Amino acid sequence: MIDPRFVLVLSGVLFALGAVGVLLRRGAISILMCIELMLNAANLAFITFARLRGGPEAQIYVFFVMTLAAAEAAAGLAIVIALFRLRGTTDVDEINLLKW
Amino acid sequence: METFALYVLTLLTIASALVVVTHRNPVVAAVALAFNLISIAGFYILLGAQFIGLLQVIVYAGAIMVLILFVIMLLNLAEEVGPHPAGTFQRVLAPAVTAVFAVVLGRALWRDTPSAFPPPTEGFGTAAVLGRELFTRYYYPFEVISLLLVVAMVGAVLLAKRKLT
Repeated sequence: MIDPRFVLVLSGVLFALGAVGVLLRRGAISILMCIELMLNAANLAFITFARLRGGPEAQIYVFFVMTLAAAEAAAGLAIVIALFRLRGTTDVDEINLLKW
Repeated sequence: METFALYVLTLLTIASALVVVTHRNPVVAAVALAFNLISIAGFYILLGAQFIGLLQVIVYAGAIMVLILFVIMLLNLAEEVGPHPAGTFQRVLAPAVTAVFAVVLGRALWRDTPSAFPPPTEGFGTAAVLGRELFTRYYYPFEVISLLLVVAMVGAVLLAKRKLT
């Protein structure tokens, strides 16, 4: 028997892990991967709620979030490539032209 | 059997997520992320959402991970060296704040949730039910999201192609 609370708390922990990664990592691609981790934690919570509630709505939302994640990955990686061409690095601590 | 699968998947998910967050070699982190995505697909299937679980394996663990690995290897990224963020302040504060956040979030999620799932509804998580919803009630969002994909594709090609000076 699966406890819904267990899965929800797991999704919360995964989200927090992804957030730590975004704050601690320096490679732009590593940060993108941690964002994927957070998106997935949210999706896991969505599916748990879908199962609790019954209907197909929450699963449709997960479908849309997946599509969005694909778009985000494509655009984000293109930006990383452009950045690498320009500066020769993907270290976000060295990309500070817009910093005051 | 179900409980055993749940614990194995939980262990796999947490362990691979830790590798993603901590490992300095981006290729290892990407492979760990693929593991993480596949174990989450296992959760979906365990919860009865088979269609979404299969989509997760195909779209996420397949397409998106290949894209990320491709870019990592294209740029020939080296391992991160030195301390993680530049400031010690951020290095100490980030895990602490996030741990507090996780505890608060976990407590909130735990408190207002029933301790057992209701029996699944008729056709829960099948491609037939989801497809019917997608092409009737969610028809316009579906079209908008496909437009978004086209825009993202064109944008990605433009961004990666043009020489920025």
